[in-house]
Amino acid sequence: MDSITTAASVVAAGLAVGLGAIGPGIGQGTAAGGAVEGIARQPEAEGKIRGTLLLSFAFMESLTIYGLVVALVLLFANPFAG
Amino acid sequence: MGPLPFALPFAELEVGQHLYWQIGNLKIHGQVFMTSWLLIGALLALVVVGTRKMERDPRGVQNLLEFLWDYIRDLARTQIGEKAYRDWMPFIGTLFLFIFVSNWGGALVPWKLIHLPSGELGAPTADINTTVALALLVSLAYFYAGLSRKGFRYFEYYVYPTPIMLPFKIVEDFTKPLSLSFRLFGNILADELVVAVLVFLVPLILPVPVMFLGLFTSAIQALIFATLAAYYIGEAVEEHH
Repeated sequence: MDSITTAASVVAAGLAVGLGAIGPGIGQGTAAGGAVEGIARQPEAEGKIRGTLLLSFAFMESLTIYGLVVALVLLFANPFAG
Repeated sequence: MGPLPFALPFAELEVGQHLYWQIGNLKIHGQVFMTSWLLIGALLALVVVGTRKMERDPRGVQNLLEFLWDYIRDLARTQIGEKAYRDWMPFIGTLFLFIFVSNWGGALVPWKLIHLPSGELGAPTADINTTVALALLVSLAYFYAGLSRKGFRYFEYYVYPTPIMLPFKIVEDFTKPLSLSFRLFGNILADELVVAVLVFLVPLILPVPVMFLGLFTSAIQALIFATLAAYYIGEAVEEHH
């Protein structure tokens, strides 16, 4: 792999995870805020809210994980390595 | 690129290195087969032990199995619906148990003690082939569920509620297995990577809470995979009026 490809791959891998973390981060913050509000309003529903919150967290997290998969492909199985 | 330059013997991580077995023209990843057979064996042994000498008042392993059965039934019933869930409970339950045992087995069993000539033993779900196979099984399952229950009326689902939805629904058939497989694969591999990197930086104590977090997320991922599989099947067998 020549040095330009290596450099570009490493930068792209960093960007893939870094940029990919922005959206889910905002989303998880909103979701957690909503859940806290819900628990404050209705403390007896805490168990149900927590379950739903964790499930939706995992969905949001998987968006960042897609970025991570791209980063891992660039680092360990680079198709442009030639 | 080769393995990461980790010096500690138990923190080595070899991404993209496999123990190849040649069968005919196929090259298969031997380490995945070994771990998954072992874990499937353990799961089968647990079920056999738990269902021998069953009692009215469940105790020990039987109690655990009945709890799992209840859990999976509730999962299937809420997603698929009262009418069709019985047919699909075994499938959903198998998916859930296999993924759960694979994720935890990969993290809890000290596989590093067994040395392989190439590659390393670990969670079978940290290999993209396993997760893609599981996701394609889910695709087949929901097509079969819809077609067998509704016949060609299944395709009404593609134009429901309006025909404008048709292209999106077709694209969805491809994105469903894609996202299912990448989500599981990425999460499990990410857990292993995070622990490996932390062990490399701070070998003592600090990685332990992260390992617990990894156990937690991998249990949630098993639940998510099973829930989504059930949801897709439920979507396919649902009646539109």
